[in-house]
Amino acid sequence: MAENTGKGIHIEGLSKRYGEGDTAVLALKDVNMHVAPGEVVGLIGPSGSGKSTLLKCLGAVIDPTAGRMVLGDETIFDNGWKVRDLRALRRDKIGFVFQAPYLIPFLDVTDNVALLPMLAGLPNEEARVRALELLTALDVQHRAKAMPSQLSGGEQQRVAIARGLVNRPPVILADEPTAPLDSVRAMAVIRILNDMAKRFETAVIVVTHDEKIIPTFKRIYHIRDGITHEEAGEGRSFD
Amino acid sequence: MISLAGRDILHAWGKFIFTGVGLGLLIGVTLTMAGVYRGMVDDGKVLLDNSGADLWVVQKDTLGPYAESSSIPDDVWRSIRTMPGVAEAANVTYLTMQVARQSNAGDQDVRAMVVGITAGEAGTPGWPPQLVAGRQITRGHYEAVADIAAGFQLGDVLKIRRNHYTVVGLTRRMVSSSGDPMVFIPLKDAQEAQFLKDNDAILMQRRRTEANPAFNRPGVPGLLDAVIASQTSNSSVNAVLVRIQPEFSQEEVAEPIRRWKRLTVYDRAQMESILVGKLIATSAKQIGMFLVILALVSAAIVAFIIYTLTMDKIREIAVLKLIGTRNRTIAGMILQQALVLGVIGFVVGKISATFAAPLFPKYVLLTPVDSALGFFAVLVICVLSSIVAIRMALKVDPAEAIGG
Repeated sequence: MAENTGKGIHIEGLSKRYGEGDTAVLALKDVNMHVAPGEVVGLIGPSGSGKSTLLKCLGAVIDPTAGRMVLGDETIFDNGWKVRDLRALRRDKIGFVFQAPYLIPFLDVTDNVALLPMLAGLPNEEARVRALELLTALDVQHRAKAMPSQLSGGEQQRVAIARGLVNRPPVILADEPTAPLDSVRAMAVIRILNDMAKRFETAVIVVTHDEKIIPTFKRIYHIRDGITHEEAGEGRSFD
Repeated sequence: MISLAGRDILHAWGKFIFTGVGLGLLIGVTLTMAGVYRGMVDDGKVLLDNSGADLWVVQKDTLGPYAESSSIPDDVWRSIRTMPGVAEAANVTYLTMQVARQSNAGDQDVRAMVVGITAGEAGTPGWPPQLVAGRQITRGHYEAVADIAAGFQLGDVLKIRRNHYTVVGLTRRMVSSSGDPMVFIPLKDAQEAQFLKDNDAILMQRRRTEANPAFNRPGVPGLLDAVIASQTSNSSVNAVLVRIQPEFSQEEVAEPIRRWKRLTVYDRAQMESILVGKLIATSAKQIGMFLVILALVSAAIVAFIIYTLTMDKIREIAVLKLIGTRNRTIAGMILQQALVLGVIGFVVGKISATFAAPLFPKYVLLTPVDSALGFFAVLVICVLSSIVAIRMALKVDPAEAIGG
């Protein structure tokens, strides 16, 4: 069982049941998980195993049925949500990176990244400065004024990672972030996630089926029928 | 915070502009329809203003002379003129008919309201108050003053029934309540024109009268001639226009005329209510129905466009909600887009209506009040039309952004 260090994300006995009575389906059963700050772990499992349900519970998008979740120093769920504003929780404490970048098509690269701090109340210029710092760290600063449709797939995914990191969340949930990319670009994305995790002390959970990147994780959570098993990964180099 | 609606509009400006122009043409039609109604009301008011009358004396129990036919003897004006409070009284006839303009290129017909005015001077009730060219009628016969909307020019020769008239003066905005331009001719000519029969009909009438033993009595010489003379002349007018003395109220002057002359008298407010409330009431309802239909069509178009634009952004809306965007920010984005579409549509509509109005055959009056009301209505329609799209956007589950 994972150990709670008081940082990153810690999950104990998390369960999720859909429906009631005879039609009830237990999608997650007593899930335990811990991801330390700066760590990138893989979450793998077949279709219907409960990966997306777990991701939605962690992302405060659906309500777990029972269990406990601690984000950083704050208990956010203990058999019920402990924070009133889940929207603000998602905005300030959780970064999302999706299978497709899902950038806002009518905002340029800088504003796509700066939107989150703007939503959090940061003045526009400050938010843009923060966005540009991240874009520079991710080596896409030269496309700062470009529209998403003008970017390559790899560039779009880097911008999406920048958006996930911009509010310095303690955890990033990455849902199949390398699925549409070739090996080289997929490795580049994983390298970036690892670099950023270390740099910003962020816990990263990568949901993936991608055989190319699975060997790069040092720790992997397998999930099947709503039950997680932790095992050590190969932790191979990204090159 | 940046304006998401503004950025989306700038990103897809072509779509917004073209949609706004399409909507604007529809709004332009709506404004023009309202302008047609206002023009009809204004035509009625102009008719009353230009008559120079305070009271209209007409045949008893009729709504004459504009809404119904009215016939009163042409000598009644003398006794009315002597009544207390009457400053001026003048006979007038109105006859809407086709007036032919004779030219080398052939005759051209124009629908016009022929007004018979008494001999007098400018300022006499019934007379055109001002001319834009030429002079007033100075002769007792065969001169005319015409409105320029009829297309006549000074020196043109008009044919009314069998008589020819030379245009000696031109007016502007002298129209009937239905927008037909006015042609002023001397009263006697107009009285003749109202009842003038063709030669064959006159001969037939004479024969009938001669064959009638009641009129052709051997023992009463001169009776037949007198009867025939009375049949071929017209001593009726449609109304007497009265201008009252300043120290009298309209009712003070009207009441004795009603009582002692057994005639119906309308003041300005009553005549206006007859013109607006009765004469153009059906047209107003017709236009009102068109306005309602056009408003509904506009609302449907805005709703459909905003709905489609929102549907195109469902995934982005799910992402926005997932990353913590407030519902009111998303609703505001959709609402602002609907309002921008409405503003573009209104500007295009107002410009198109302004440029199209002079091209219409009837007077189209675009008033600032109607424009303001139209603008307000467009905004309300846009707000209501965006409700469906906003409801749909607010129902979007942020979980849709996450696969599975």
